[in-house]
Amino acid sequence: MRHLARLLARPEVGALAAAFVIFGFFLLVAPSFRSWASFCTVLYQSSTIGIVAVGVGLLMIGGEFDLSAGVITISAGLVNSMFCWYFGVNLWAGALLSLLFCLLVGFLNGWLVTRTGIPSFLITLGTFFVLQGANLGVTKLVTGSVSSRDISAIDGYGSLQRIFASSSTLGSATVWITVLWWVLFVGLAAWTSRRTRIGNWIYAVGGSAASARAVGVPVTRTKIGLFMTVSFLGWFVGMHSLYRFNTLQAGNGVGNEFLYIIAAVVGGTLLTGGFGNALGSAIGAFIFGTTSLGIVYAGWDPNWFKAFLGVMLLLAVLVNTYVKRLATSSAGFSRSVSPEGEPT
Amino acid sequence: MRPFRRGLLATGAVVVLALTACSGGGREETDPDTTTGGGNAPGSSGYTIAFVTHETPGDTFWDKVRAGAEQAAKDEGVTLKYSNDPDAGKQAGLIQSAVDAKVDGIATTLVTPDALTGAVKSATAAGIPVVGLNAGIDQYQKVGALMYFGSDESLAGTSLGKRIAGEGAKHPLCVIHQTGSVALEARCAGVRSAVPGTENLQVNGADDSAVTTTLQAKLAQDKSIDYVVTLGAPIALDAINAKQQASSSAKLVTFDLNQEIAKRIKDGQVEFAIDQQPYVQGYLAVTSLYLYLKNGNDIGGGKAVLTGPSFVDKTNIDKILPFTEKNTR
Repeated sequence: MRHLARLLARPEVGALAAAFVIFGFFLLVAPSFRSWASFCTVLYQSSTIGIVAVGVGLLMIGGEFDLSAGVITISAGLVNSMFCWYFGVNLWAGALLSLLFCLLVGFLNGWLVTRTGIPSFLITLGTFFVLQGANLGVTKLVTGSVSSRDISAIDGYGSLQRIFASSSTLGSATVWITVLWWVLFVGLAAWTSRRTRIGNWIYAVGGSAASARAVGVPVTRTKIGLFMTVSFLGWFVGMHSLYRFNTLQAGNGVGNEFLYIIAAVVGGTLLTGGFGNALGSAIGAFIFGTTSLGIVYAGWDPNWFKAFLGVMLLLAVLVNTYVKRLATSSAGFSRSVSPEGEPT
Repeated sequence: MRPFRRGLLATGAVVVLALTACSGGGREETDPDTTTGGGNAPGSSGYTIAFVTHETPGDTFWDKVRAGAEQAAKDEGVTLKYSNDPDAGKQAGLIQSAVDAKVDGIATTLVTPDALTGAVKSATAAGIPVVGLNAGIDQYQKVGALMYFGSDESLAGTSLGKRIAGEGAKHPLCVIHQTGSVALEARCAGVRSAVPGTENLQVNGADDSAVTTTLQAKLAQDKSIDYVVTLGAPIALDAINAKQQASSSAKLVTFDLNQEIAKRIKDGQVEFAIDQQPYVQGYLAVTSLYLYLKNGNDIGGGKAVLTGPSFVDKTNIDKILPFTEKNTR
């Protein structure tokens, strides 16, 4: 009983159960879903959401939101693409410039939030609009169109493509490198939040910033670091989009910020902060990938996808709330929650 | 751009040292004349024309409509006031504010005619001529617009359908990249009227990876799909990726054209594109108002002026490719 309650109190358990149910369901109803190739496609789709969702999940554990996370992926690609196209320089230079740019945006988000005390929802909503407008405005100025130019003929393309957007054939399926990166980032995030002091800080600032500060946690640094992590991962996905598709539509990326948040929430992260983990966000992203493609593999009308997603989100939140209440009300457990979200 | 470059050199000098040497494949620095339309030309006609669209920011299609409108404004010495909002209510507000600003003429898209009727009527009541473009071919007269420049979406869909039916299409997949768009649904319905086996697929047009994987999944699920019909040029590029991934032998045809698609038509990855010539829509909408104001002209003989469908395929791509590079087709 004690073990069961301890297990149930882990943030990702509800999501894991849901992932099994949904995956099994599509295996049953969709014959073309039952193949290694389909599974790899689902993994790829999940990884493009999941990479940023890991960062967004950590940020939410730390008690903040980042609404600019979707648009920054496009900003990252555009900075790289247009800088190199306009000046005719090696793509590596643009990739580094783009990384600096994204880290700066993350820093600004974090700095403004911690400095002003204005909710991150508002600050990053501002960044979201600024980036969205700048993406279009600058692209139009530089290329004369609202999409970036093809960069596949510029030096450095091959090596960068190998890092961010290569794929290899495994059996009958194509495995994209983003899946490996995703696994790596999830592992890194899980290790950091579980085994390091920084991990403790993240849960502490999300639980209560005031008491965290009182016990000596560097709240400002932790939060700024989290925002920068999100924008770093946004940069990473942006690099993937750029080197996979070679051109980018300047108006894209809008709306993905909510998918990241949904993945984190479905994975058991609390909107109020202080609870959740990296594995949960990864499972959330996997559920998203399974659902969005499962509907297509099943041959259903994908118009219904959003409705299905909404129902799933509600269910996930209900399950999480129920499980959490169950765990915290079990006799013999203290109500405090340790860094991993396990009752101590 | 200079401080940009200096900043980069300062921060990444060591790493970038070997990299900043000029590399091929970038911008060609031979064409310095950048088009910045909209202002008054020396021989200004003095007219101010408001140009209102339902553009969602970031679509290459509207770029061309706007480029055409700006070029016309430049050629005719017209001051152009461009504004856009995808929301019907807000677009009506934009038309109303053009009326309040007492412009000489209004060109507007009529994608949601019912929502815009009030604003257009108030323009005509104030004596401001209104022309429609791009969408609203069936309703433009009822709404009170004088002329219309655009393509007939269902006609375009039917023409595309007939052509692929002639090539033996049995089960085309029509990819809708925007939820609830009447125009896109009309295109697919047109295709279906010529090829009854047409199936629609909804994708999230704002995310290239999502478009690619969704298409890939669909192509894997249903191997009988023999044609993929995309309704926008960027979506066609994703479809090329998806086809390769799913190792599908379906043929790809698309609505709308851009530079990348023009290249793909040339190398055979895209069979053909149906172009509704957005540049012409913008250019003619402004020009028609100019002629109406200056000379009382009426274009189209009381009927809509069709700017498409115009087929772009291997037979004419060599002529059209240079125009796509200039962003005018």
